[in-house]
Amino acid sequence: MPIHRRGLLAGIGGGTAVGLAGCTALGGDDVDSGPEIVGETLTLSTTTSTYHTGLLDELNVAFEDRYGVTVDTVPQGTGAAIQTGRSGDSDVVMVHARSQEDEFMADGYGINRREIMFNDFIIIGDPDDPAEISGGDDAVEAFVRIADSDSMFVSRGDDSGTHTRELEIWEEAGFEDGNFGEWYREAGGGMGEVVIQTGQRGGYTLADRGTYLSMSNESDLEIHVEGPVEDGPEILANPYGIFAINPEIHDTVDYGLAMAYIGFITSLEGQAIIEGYTVEGEQLFFPEALTEDPNFEQYVPEGWDGSDSNE
Amino acid sequence: MPLGLPIHAPLIVEFPFEWNYIRSIIEVSLYVSVTAVVLSTLVSLPVALLVGFKEFPGKTLLTSIINTGMGFPSVVVGLLVLFTVSNEGPLGSWDLVFTPEAMIMSQFVLAAPVITGVCLAAVSSVEQNVRDAAYAMGGTRFDVALVTIKEARYGIATAVLAGFGRAISEVGGVLIVGGNIAGSDGTSYTRTLTTAIQLEAQQGRFETAMILGAILVVLVLIVNAIVVRLGNGGGRYE
Repeated sequence: MPIHRRGLLAGIGGGTAVGLAGCTALGGDDVDSGPEIVGETLTLSTTTSTYHTGLLDELNVAFEDRYGVTVDTVPQGTGAAIQTGRSGDSDVVMVHARSQEDEFMADGYGINRREIMFNDFIIIGDPDDPAEISGGDDAVEAFVRIADSDSMFVSRGDDSGTHTRELEIWEEAGFEDGNFGEWYREAGGGMGEVVIQTGQRGGYTLADRGTYLSMSNESDLEIHVEGPVEDGPEILANPYGIFAINPEIHDTVDYGLAMAYIGFITSLEGQAIIEGYTVEGEQLFFPEALTEDPNFEQYVPEGWDGSDSNE
Repeated sequence: MPLGLPIHAPLIVEFPFEWNYIRSIIEVSLYVSVTAVVLSTLVSLPVALLVGFKEFPGKTLLTSIINTGMGFPSVVVGLLVLFTVSNEGPLGSWDLVFTPEAMIMSQFVLAAPVITGVCLAAVSSVEQNVRDAAYAMGGTRFDVALVTIKEARYGIATAVLAGFGRAISEVGGVLIVGGNIAGSDGTSYTRTLTTAIQLEAQQGRFETAMILGAILVVLVLIVNAIVVRLGNGGGRYE
């Protein structure tokens, strides 16, 4: 079939010419016009708290419309979300547990970490308040009172960001190795589940404000101790971080798309969506990616001295 | 979005109630479970015929593997499939983790032993003289197999049903390998009826959970009805 072959060869020649023209039009060779991301799918592993509040849906719709891509959100606890990223099964991770994030970055799995927003943790519980902690501004003191009064405390018990923080507060309160009494229950589930359980059984729990507000219809729990959103103690601050999975470790991840997502969320547009997101008229998250004095600590593990931990 | 109904409110739900969301969940559930059961049946039926008719070394072992598989915990199956399809697993390059196809794999592994086991019982109960008669009439092995399937069709239908029931009603496996993903436009990608119920209950949206639960039960009933009719050949089985 000589005719066909000639046609084919002509086609190849033409294609090469067009390809080269494309290169020269860019003003030289080896110019990277950035990753093509249209039509690709980003896998985001994130925590149940961002997911259940509905904020991510808003952000993802805007991002998908902007870039013509799809975002698959896998809601897990922070521990599981980071594990999913570690094995390269997601492209980008959004969590809220600085200690776990730091470890992840120090191991080289996560790169280009940015802080995107914060809200705060609150101690919620039965309106009767048997441990008499209401109105206090010391989370550790409140935990001590809960323990001393043998009031039920429901823990996430799932290695999530909230659970990590809860254990840190218990440690401050003098319970280093989980030497709790009968009053301490591990639910082993998402924040929503724990809020429901706490409401049903009349105990206390540590929750993030976002989930509590988005579930205010489903529980009759009251806020007893609040965090920095209402000028409470810093130990109840809840910052959310996001990072891309290192493509040098997992060459299968979609790094270009992950960075586009991080860029979008930390842009004016993304931050405005976060600021404008309300549930029941209350703002859930406070953007913090754009500040007058840039926070350089957000990019590296805390206490990092610049040494190469990979060598 | 929360419905704004307290838990003790009467279950008055206005349709269309997040209908797109619910419809896409039903579609994913059926796609995953029906595909898994069809594939399982294609593998299980020949295996059941083989084990039922032939003597071969390792037959006892195979039978006990089938019997163990019938009761194998779905969460463990999900975990094993996750290790297989995860980026770091042997099939990592196939990029299957958090996809409906990974869920099909998990449900295939769950349903196949059940379908094989029940088919085996059905096939073994076909009278020896029926098979002898088929041979006597000059039937090939294939013909005999067909006659056996025809005779055992009711039992085979039961097997398919049991497999489908196990597939569509399990939570743990699909949750682990599928990731319970729904798009931001509110349509399901790997969210099935069971994992959606789990998620809704977790968030205290018990009305939606109840609706999804009712739909799940109705689906199983419908599939039951269809399969039983097929098994009966449209008539009464005596």
